[in-house]
Amino acid sequence: MSRLSAARLSVRRGRRAILDEVSFELEGGAFVAVVGANGAGKSTLLSVLAGLLPADAGEVRLDGAPLAELHRRELARRRAYLPQNPRAEWPIAVERLVALGLTPHLPAFGGLPGGWEPRLSDALAACDLSERRLQPATTLSGGELARAMLARAMIGDPQLLLADEPVAGLDPRHALDAMVRLRELAAAGKLVVVALHDLTLAARFASHLMALKDGRLVAFGPTGPTLTPALLRQVFDVEARIGGRGAGAYVDYLGLASSG
Amino acid sequence: MRPLPRFLMPALAGLALLAAAVGSLFLGRVNISPADLWAGIVAPQASLAGLVVSELRLPRAVLAILVGGALGLSGAVLQGLLRNPLAEPGLLGVTNGAALGAVIAIYFGLAHVFALATPLLGLAGAMAAGALTFAFGRTSSLTLILAGAAVSSLMAAFLAMALNFAPSPYAAYEMSIWMLGSFAEKSWDHVLLAAPFIVGGMAILAVQGRAIDALTLGEAQAESLGVAVDRTRVLVLLGVGLAVGAATSVVGSVGFIGLVAPHLVRPFVGHQPSRTLLPSTLLGATLLLLADIGTRVIPTNTELRLGVITSLVGAPFFFWLLVRLRRMAP
Repeated sequence: MSRLSAARLSVRRGRRAILDEVSFELEGGAFVAVVGANGAGKSTLLSVLAGLLPADAGEVRLDGAPLAELHRRELARRRAYLPQNPRAEWPIAVERLVALGLTPHLPAFGGLPGGWEPRLSDALAACDLSERRLQPATTLSGGELARAMLARAMIGDPQLLLADEPVAGLDPRHALDAMVRLRELAAAGKLVVVALHDLTLAARFASHLMALKDGRLVAFGPTGPTLTPALLRQVFDVEARIGGRGAGAYVDYLGLASSG
Repeated sequence: MRPLPRFLMPALAGLALLAAAVGSLFLGRVNISPADLWAGIVAPQASLAGLVVSELRLPRAVLAILVGGALGLSGAVLQGLLRNPLAEPGLLGVTNGAALGAVIAIYFGLAHVFALATPLLGLAGAMAAGALTFAFGRTSSLTLILAGAAVSSLMAAFLAMALNFAPSPYAAYEMSIWMLGSFAEKSWDHVLLAAPFIVGGMAILAVQGRAIDALTLGEAQAESLGVAVDRTRVLVLLGVGLAVGAATSVVGSVGFIGLVAPHLVRPFVGHQPSRTLLPSTLLGATLLLLADIGTRVIPTNTELRLGVITSLVGAPFFFWLLVRLRRMAP
């Protein structure tokens, strides 16, 4: 079971702290939703956790080893990262796009070794893309592209998946579909960390909730007890009602919180 | 369009290159029948026909293959790195840098003191321009493009100044005609001078396939897949600087080959950046051989310069590309 820990992470830009002494420990099997207002530091946190952005202070450890000490290829095999609105820059076939996820496993030259073909077919099938296999990736709809990117991220079988707003811009059906797939990955023992704006989706699917405000971690814990109207008032400055439980939970915004 | 089987496109491009190379040996200004040429090549003793082939046409063909290959490969790698269909080798400023170095050699009359002064100074100019682009542009793809444009314009400004203050009208003519590019009067010396740099640069570029494939997903995802994007950028600049710098300093500026070749092969290889490298190299060499054959067989009083042919053919291609991109855009 993989473990990801952050110890007093700080990232500064000039005098402003984007991340301010953020610490936590996560374990495989968890589906963590990172929530917070725009500019709260969610994307920065994910980049630092992915090892793509060095923290100015503090350190991230994956299974006890500091990220900075892992070789970039080794790290690439163990964690997958999806930025906001990932897209394909060339009209390559969907199967080629998904196969790019194997980059850290492949030698420097040549095509996809034959041994990987079944893995590719499985990844495509798991994301319902078998029919789209040869279609140019640039012609996919938003939902299909999101599935293709998820297949791309999962084909290398990483222990850790970090996704920055994976459901942004998706219609309800495709957003639900993406969340179901992410939850399945967590159920299979992976550690899944996603930045989310849709709090109802977070309430229904995430096992844990992490709330950021101005770069500080203001709440972290199992979703049920952590997601409260008081937290939403503190983090988003909104009055909200939280109804239902588990798969039936929803977050309803009532209005702006009265200042003072 | 379905991509061709993996080895078919390079094989086809290789055959085209072979045909163009053979054509380049048998066609030329000196009108000797193919039969006589062949007799001259195979005959053990020296003959006029044999000399024409071994001392004039063969070095010329070899140089055209090296230079065309360097341009085709550089264009393909740059378009992949920058994910910009309009990227071409001149973008990084090395072409103008090489031209400036060569023009300086002509300006001070060094070219008449010893023949290789022009390509040597051209090489120095290309390296200087590449270093300047590197110093200002290494941090991101955007700054690389901007720095390349800035260095290009700076070099162009110095070129214009050299022409402005040319010591004689003849020198000005010599400079401007040099910049149009030519394989005329190129000997084995030129090949030997340029080949190590071109081959070295191309070797660096040839191993970037995996990295530019991953860049199809953007820089953040490529980085997350274990690609050192910063290092890739530096290596590509170095490779293009060496290959295109050396190529330009020997034959002058040759436009459009590096832009056109990758586009011609891309649909046949499923648009995968790494798979454009080899066919684009072969096609670049083929196109340049054909352009050089054109300069020799199109009957004109003054020599038709290489850069003129490639631009005449390349510019309409640019329009075609524009129309195609517009059609593909949503």
